[in-house]
Amino acid sequence: MSKVAVKNIVAEDPNCVAPNLRKDHDKGLELLKYLVLGTLFGIVFVKAEIISWFRIQEMFRLQSFHMYGVIGSAVVTGMISVQLIKRLNIKTIHGESIVIPDKVFKKGQVIGGFIFGLGWAITGACPGPLFAQIGSGYTVILVTLISALAGTWVYGKFADKLPN
Amino acid sequence: MEQFIEWIKQPWPWYVAGPMIGLTVPALLILGNKTFGISSSLRHICAACVPAGIPFFTYNWKKEAWNLLFVLGVGIGGFLATNFLANPDTIVISVDTQNDLATLGITDFSDLMPAEIFSWENLFSAKGLLFFVFGGFLVGFGTRYAGGCTSGHAIMGISSLQWPSVIATIFFMIGGFLMTHVLMEPLMKLVGF
Repeated sequence: MSKVAVKNIVAEDPNCVAPNLRKDHDKGLELLKYLVLGTLFGIVFVKAEIISWFRIQEMFRLQSFHMYGVIGSAVVTGMISVQLIKRLNIKTIHGESIVIPDKVFKKGQVIGGFIFGLGWAITGACPGPLFAQIGSGYTVILVTLISALAGTWVYGKFADKLPN
Repeated sequence: MEQFIEWIKQPWPWYVAGPMIGLTVPALLILGNKTFGISSSLRHICAACVPAGIPFFTYNWKKEAWNLLFVLGVGIGGFLATNFLANPDTIVISVDTQNDLATLGITDFSDLMPAEIFSWENLFSAKGLLFFVFGGFLVGFGTRYAGGCTSGHAIMGISSLQWPSVIATIFFMIGGFLMTHVLMEPLMKLVGF
């Protein structure tokens, strides 16, 4: 593998949604905090019934406020938090300045977004709930997850041939 | 304590769950300069397991191990909540939704997921092909093409005032509305509902 090929994910794809901008690596036990955070997140997904296929149907049929309330209040909370971090210049627990990369507009956000929307209504799940559904014992969703991995792989394979 | 456990077992309202999800954004930023996003984990798994020399999967995925641990946690959280904090009562689904779904052939509203769709018996059938294989593929392909899912675009992106994320979210919803209101019925008939 050439040195050029193995790049930082951010350098390669500025549009990546979850880049890791921490300068030094998280090692060993340090990584456990993300496991704990994910666990809390998974509990919320189940307890607020966000993993339910029915809740997603209610949302797209405009027959319940629940999912709009969840996503809307999550966005507002996130927005206030990001503003506070920026204005108070809050640093990470390691003393680094917090960096939020700008997303660049691409046609993919329209085409890919639309395709994801179709799949979201069929499966009743975005990627997060998929993991929580499997953990909850709906083991057949493993097949959906493998298909989602296949979809991701096929996108990666043809990424440079698709309009972007 | 018992009262607390009883309370926690009830389904959590949106105004509890939404802010908790929103707090994931600052939590990840403050803990380690991480930008919230879940669909990236699918890319990291591809990069770890079947990179196949594809440039899109050739990067140091180990640096993103935090993201994989996060989704592993989501699975563990699902397990814990379902096994120890489960709501003793039946899920309450909007009557309108129940009526709409009944016309499509879904009549079992006793669980979070419709048993008529999400069962292993359906795997090797047209139903399984539509709901697991086809649906899952669209989720994986679409989120990666869009550069994110509900967490990365709708929550993280809009929280940090990024207009491309607003556009992505609008198209998530357009796709979902079109599927639900136009394509779902013929597709479900096609697979034998």
